[in-house]
Amino acid sequence: MGEAIVVTSGKGGVGKTTTTANIGAALALLGKRVCVIDADIGLRNLDIVMGLENRIVYDIVDVVTGVCRVKQALIRDKRFENLSLLPAAQTKDKNAVNPDQMKELIEDLKKTHDYVLVDCPAGIEQGFKNAIAGADRAVVVTTPEVSAVRDADRIIGLLEAAEISNPRLIVNRLRVDMVKRGEMMNVQDIEDILAVDLIGVVPDDEEVVMSTNRGEPAVFKDQSLSGMAFRNIARRITGEEVAFLEFDVQESFLEKIKKALSFGK
Amino acid sequence: MFDLFGFLNSKPQSKNVAKDRLKLVLVHDRSNCSPELLELLKKDILSSISEHVDYDPSDMDIKITRTHDDESGKPVLVASIPIKNLKR
Repeated sequence: MGEAIVVTSGKGGVGKTTTTANIGAALALLGKRVCVIDADIGLRNLDIVMGLENRIVYDIVDVVTGVCRVKQALIRDKRFENLSLLPAAQTKDKNAVNPDQMKELIEDLKKTHDYVLVDCPAGIEQGFKNAIAGADRAVVVTTPEVSAVRDADRIIGLLEAAEISNPRLIVNRLRVDMVKRGEMMNVQDIEDILAVDLIGVVPDDEEVVMSTNRGEPAVFKDQSLSGMAFRNIARRITGEEVAFLEFDVQESFLEKIKKALSFGK
Repeated sequence: MFDLFGFLNSKPQSKNVAKDRLKLVLVHDRSNCSPELLELLKKDILSSISEHVDYDPSDMDIKITRTHDDESGKPVLVASIPIKNLKR
C-alpha cells in the first residue's frame, strides 16, 4: 500500500506544479512506483510541465465519473516506466469532482503505486478540499516572500484542521545573493515564522525555467543545483536522512556544488 | 565593527521588516478574529467599565496582538483606555 502526498501552497505561482513534477520524477529515479495527479481541474498544467501534454486521452473527471477506468487515463512517462500522470480536466470546473470521489480514486491508486503525489490548485476553496481529501501527508511549498509565507501559514492551519498533521515545508526559489545581503528572508526566518519542519530548499535557478520549457523535469540534469535539491527532497520523502545543501558560503560556493555532486554519485 | 555599521545604517534590512510584518499579521490571521467580533468585544468592554470610570474615547486602542516577550505566538487582547475620572 502506497502513500498519498499532497503538494500545496495557498498562493499561486510559487512552484507547486514544478515541485510535483520534479519530486515525482526524482522518486521514480529512486525506483519507486509513482503516480502524479493534477488536481487543478480547469487549469491543467502538470501535463505540460512534464512534457506529456500530447498524450492525454482521458482525464481525472472521466475516471471519477466512470467514463473510463483509471488505467486507461494514466499516462506513462516513457523516460521512466515507474512514473505516470493522471491529468486534470481542462474544460470542466472544480466542482466536477468531490472529496469522496478523490478519496476513492487515491485509495485505488495507492494499491499499485508507492507514492501518489497530488498537485493541489491554488486557493482554499473546493479544489483545495478535493486535493487534500485522500492525502496521508502534505508538503507545503512557499517562496521567501511575505505573501507566500502568509498563505502557507493559512494552509498549514487548514491542513491541521483536516487532520493532516505535521506538513513539511519546501522553500522554493531562494535567492542566495539576496539572503546574503539581508534583503530576503532566509530559511531559518521562514521556519521560525511557520513552525513546521523543513523538507527541502530549492534555489532560484534558471535551469528550472529552461527544463520546464523543454518539458523535462530538472532532476534529469545531474549538474543542476535545483535538480539536486529536488532529488534530495525525494530521498527525504522515502525516509532517508539527507543533509541540507549549503548555499551560504560565497568563496567556495562552486567548489561546494562540485563536491556535493561528486558525493552524490 | 560589522554591528556598528548595521547600527549606523538607518534603514533596517528588508528581511527583518518582512519578518516583523509577517509575525504581526499572522497573529491576526491565526486568531481568527473577525472585525465584527472585535467590535463586539470593544462594545462590551467599554460598557462594563463605563459604570466605574470616565474614559476618553478619542485616544483609546483595543486590539488583538501578541506580547513582545511571549514567543508562543498566542494572540493577546490589549486594551489601552485613557481614564479621565474614576467614579467613586
